[in-house]
Amino acid sequence: MPSLKDLKNRIASVKATQKITKAMKMVAAAKLRRAQEAAEAARPYAERMDRVLASLSAAYKDSPEAPLLLSGTGRDQTHLLIVATGERGLAGGFNSSIVRLARDHALKLLAEGKTVKILTVGRKGNDVLRRTFRDNIIDYVTFREVKQLGFANASDVAQRVLSLYEAGEFDVATLFYARFASVISQVATAQQIIPAKFAETEVPAAAALYEYEPSEQEILEDLLPRNVALQIFRALLENNASFYGAQMSAMDSATRNAGDMINKLTLSYNRQRQAQITKELIEIISGAEAL
Amino acid sequence: MADAFKFELVSPERLLVSEQVTEVILPATLGEMTVLAKHAPTMTTIKAGVVTVKNAAGQVHKYVVFGGFADITPTACTLLAESAVPQAEADRSLFESRIEALRADISGAPTDEHRTRFEHMLADMTHLHNAVHPD
Repeated sequence: MPSLKDLKNRIASVKATQKITKAMKMVAAAKLRRAQEAAEAARPYAERMDRVLASLSAAYKDSPEAPLLLSGTGRDQTHLLIVATGERGLAGGFNSSIVRLARDHALKLLAEGKTVKILTVGRKGNDVLRRTFRDNIIDYVTFREVKQLGFANASDVAQRVLSLYEAGEFDVATLFYARFASVISQVATAQQIIPAKFAETEVPAAAALYEYEPSEQEILEDLLPRNVALQIFRALLENNASFYGAQMSAMDSATRNAGDMINKLTLSYNRQRQAQITKELIEIISGAEAL
Repeated sequence: MADAFKFELVSPERLLVSEQVTEVILPATLGEMTVLAKHAPTMTTIKAGVVTVKNAAGQVHKYVVFGGFADITPTACTLLAESAVPQAEADRSLFESRIEALRADISGAPTDEHRTRFEHMLADMTHLHNAVHPD
């Protein structure tokens, strides 16, 4: 049975923890809004890019001159997994759900006898994956120092991926990140970015009448690398929003748990104090009666 | 009064401009082109350069863009730029850091083909820098 003083200390410490989690929740909520705005702002570009690429690539899909980024290398042997996670923890299952998805995917590929290479973006994923796939991790990018995630950061990652691809280091690249469904739900997602896949859309009749300057092929060759950077950028933004969403709900439940704990501790503190008062009273009364 | 059409300038980070305009001058890869309403549907890549926009009210705005592409239809023109800033905000350091990065790319280029491409980009960038900051 803890003494009154012990209980008092514990209540104080849980209260201090609650203050911290509450503050973290509020910070996460503010950052979430900013992250969501950034993701929102990136949408128009992505939509237009998708539309143009979908119609261009539909025409080029089966042609032998299609750029490698679209048609692939024709092999399926070496896979590159780009795993984007957060830089920090304290966000519930955010990092672990992405890592789990990537790990399952990697193990499946390894079981099929394929070669797996991993590029980690973000410190947390790197730390965890390093334990299992020490030899598979070929590169590691961190945005720890980056305050506001910009397109340049994504471009930087894309440059690395593209130069690996040009050097024939892998055949298929898959990007792992958490899609932001809502504040309370983030879905770990795997998306293949090389060779590029586009939603099969009805090509509007007008598209056939387009003039291309320079040729269609050159435009496609110019756009596909940009698209890789764009997909990575989009994933990073989604990831960022998801991270703060996950952190916010994790901190919210931590605050609530701390509240419950404080209530319980206060109850037993009050009980014990009352018991002590009663005991003292009994002592005084029985002492008086004995006289 | 020339017919107006919709012009949008979009960078990956945000939508910069979306307005009715009468005339847009684009730095296309094969040379500058002026887009007016009812232009034939065209898709073109854009090199680093200045985009001049004349809106329906007759005001002229200039933006510095760094590569991208444009999708032109008779009723709209969408410019997807890798990076874009209003010309007034394009200061020297912006160009200098890019020129620096391109120089590094040239010296580290794996093949001659890459090098030639980077050299072209550097020439465009230097030209653009001089055009925006003439002194």
